[in-house]
Amino acid sequence: MTTTTGQLSGISATTLLRFATAGSVDDGKSTLVGRLLHDSKSVLTDQLEAVEHASRSRGQETPDLALLTDGLRAEREQGITIDVAYRYFATPRRRFILADTPGHVQYTRNMVTGASTAELAVVLVDARNGVVEQTRRHAAVAALLRVPHVVLAVNKMDLVDYAEPVFAAIAEEFTSYAASLGVPEITAIPISALAGDNVVEPSANMDWYGGPTVLEHLETVPVSHDLTGCHARLPVQYVIRPQTAEHPDYRGYAGQIAAGTFRVGEQVTVLPAGRTSKIAGIDLLGESVDIAWTPQSITLLLEDDIDISRGDLIVPSGDAPATTQDIEATVCHVADQPLTVGQRVLLKHTTRTVKAIVKEIPSRLTLDDLSQHPNPGQLVANDIGQVKVRTAEPLALDSYADSRRTGSFLLIDPADGTTLAAGMAGDSFATSAEVVHEADDEGWDF
Amino acid sequence: MTTAATVHEGTDSPYALSHLDALESEAVHIFREVAGEFERPVILFSGGKDSIVMLHLALKAFAPAPVPFTLLHVDTGHNFPEVLEYRDRTVAQHGLRLHVASVQEYIDAGKLRERPDGTRNPLQTVPLTEAIQQHRFDAVFGGGRRDEEKARAKERVFSLRDEFSQWDPRRQRPELWQLYNGRHAPGEHVRVFPLSNWTELDVWQYIEREKIELPEIYFAHEREVFKRSGMWLTAGEWGGPKESESVETRLVRYRTVGDMSCTGAVDSDATTLDAVITEIAASRLTERGATRADDKMSEAAMEDRKREGYF
Repeated sequence: MTTTTGQLSGISATTLLRFATAGSVDDGKSTLVGRLLHDSKSVLTDQLEAVEHASRSRGQETPDLALLTDGLRAEREQGITIDVAYRYFATPRRRFILADTPGHVQYTRNMVTGASTAELAVVLVDARNGVVEQTRRHAAVAALLRVPHVVLAVNKMDLVDYAEPVFAAIAEEFTSYAASLGVPEITAIPISALAGDNVVEPSANMDWYGGPTVLEHLETVPVSHDLTGCHARLPVQYVIRPQTAEHPDYRGYAGQIAAGTFRVGEQVTVLPAGRTSKIAGIDLLGESVDIAWTPQSITLLLEDDIDISRGDLIVPSGDAPATTQDIEATVCHVADQPLTVGQRVLLKHTTRTVKAIVKEIPSRLTLDDLSQHPNPGQLVANDIGQVKVRTAEPLALDSYADSRRTGSFLLIDPADGTTLAAGMAGDSFATSAEVVHEADDEGWDF
Repeated sequence: MTTAATVHEGTDSPYALSHLDALESEAVHIFREVAGEFERPVILFSGGKDSIVMLHLALKAFAPAPVPFTLLHVDTGHNFPEVLEYRDRTVAQHGLRLHVASVQEYIDAGKLRERPDGTRNPLQTVPLTEAIQQHRFDAVFGGGRRDEEKARAKERVFSLRDEFSQWDPRRQRPELWQLYNGRHAPGEHVRVFPLSNWTELDVWQYIEREKIELPEIYFAHEREVFKRSGMWLTAGEWGGPKESESVETRLVRYRTVGDMSCTGAVDSDATTLDAVITEIAASRLTERGATRADDKMSEAAMEDRKREGYF
């Protein structure tokens, strides 16, 4: 077995890409994951020996890389891993955190979990089957979670004679569907995970394809976005007040920048109270800087001594979100117990947790065809639906379309602390014309 | 004034963070979340590299204020003297408060029984969970990483433990975005893993970048060792070597630091951080696979211990 890339050269400064895979086992997802891990030297001797041994005893001539994720499958049989597994690998150009999500229909919540932190999603399709319901479901989740980059990996090209028209038809159908949902960037790549075509090495079997391999694309896709157009947001996590002889008056507002950039001298407003001040200084973990951006963890110093505590949101004065107690959002229900109209819950938004009540569940979404079913009364595990929630205190909430971090929230059961639902404020999909909204938009001001 | 982040050149915008900056920022966010939401957090500190990096991150997260957490060490009684010396020096240097839960005291009091194989790592669970209950800690930071071991790979960043400190992998909360749910009933606590997304190499690169001091046993040195189950163990009062095992002096270093009875050394001539990083990057064996006897006891040794409350 050859190793094409090594951790050794990963020593220099590299960036980090978080991505998620989606696709059922039959689509060859474990083989693709296995190949990415193996060819990036993230599979070490003992693990590989186990795979080679198992493959040989099954009469296979070459190691079956799907067996690298076989442990996962065994655990799933025991009922442990109906869940996301995180895997790590590196190349000289970049480090990767892979959220490996089970592909079964009933595990929508797992793909939502994996996609929530992903910059990129790989959707696998079997070249023989083309775009199927499951594919549309994966595209819809990627669009719903606003994953910035989507890769369509058309797998098993070896089983369709590496025929360009087969790939082209699937790529076109998927791209037009995903684009209609508002997926901003789609890259289609013809591969054979089993044979290794276009995963790490360019395929000699598909001369007609001139694009990047999967790994090359993962290595080069931008991990940060143009921040100039972003609304700057700093949720206050913790107030740092040393009250020591050395720092008697230090009062810093610590937090991780959720979106955009902050500069010294900038006029800011603290929400929900609405007080204003000016940024006097920014501490970037012990170093004084004059500009900081997402996702840096910083400490902000303000010119005026105003009342600010955990849960407040610091924003540029000219760019503040509206505060509201009535939230309309799309939620994915992730708990086994249902979410019902009238239920009292806790809502965690950035660093703020408030009491809330589910006022309405206007519709439940069917991911297969994006149809809306009005007034389902409740949402159960893996359901996606629109909800209207009234909170006990005003929240400064962005639309999820504008900011994944300040537009998202959790609904929590106050009785036992269970995470009930993952919420995304605002319209479900980037092109809302595709979705029929039966609910009225009253009180919705984003 | 300048920005401290390493700006990556090439395909990424000037706003892209280096992977170490991104991991550091995420870990600091986790520390601050716990400080903001819990009453009595504690950092599990062993003097090993992961807990050293964890403490370093906590110091940065709250600077210029002191770390708002105490430390807890479960002392197996078979610790390396260099590591205990490092532990105490670090605690004093930063003005921290350290709780020590002692396995030896439990054995002396008859509350724990020495195992026939002399391994004490599995015995840590009782002193650890009792210390958590006694001090009513509601959040316990551990240096565990998901790349370490397959049971650890399943761990959430915020991992809820019941009143018996038990872990139930089937009943974990989904973790979405950076919204960590730390709700827990009285008596329950949350294990928190700020280094979840770090790999062994990340830890070493960060140690190099931040110029963090480590106990000397992480670097190559001559040591009297003997071979057991394919690993070089340090001779000592804990019960090695047996008559059939012979001691020799070798140039070795440690990749992990734990109980002497089950932590193996590796042959190495890496005496500097650079050399260690080069060695780790080229290694074809996993960290724990190479040096931890107790993980090899059974296929699910780590998972079984974690279910009982072990880290």
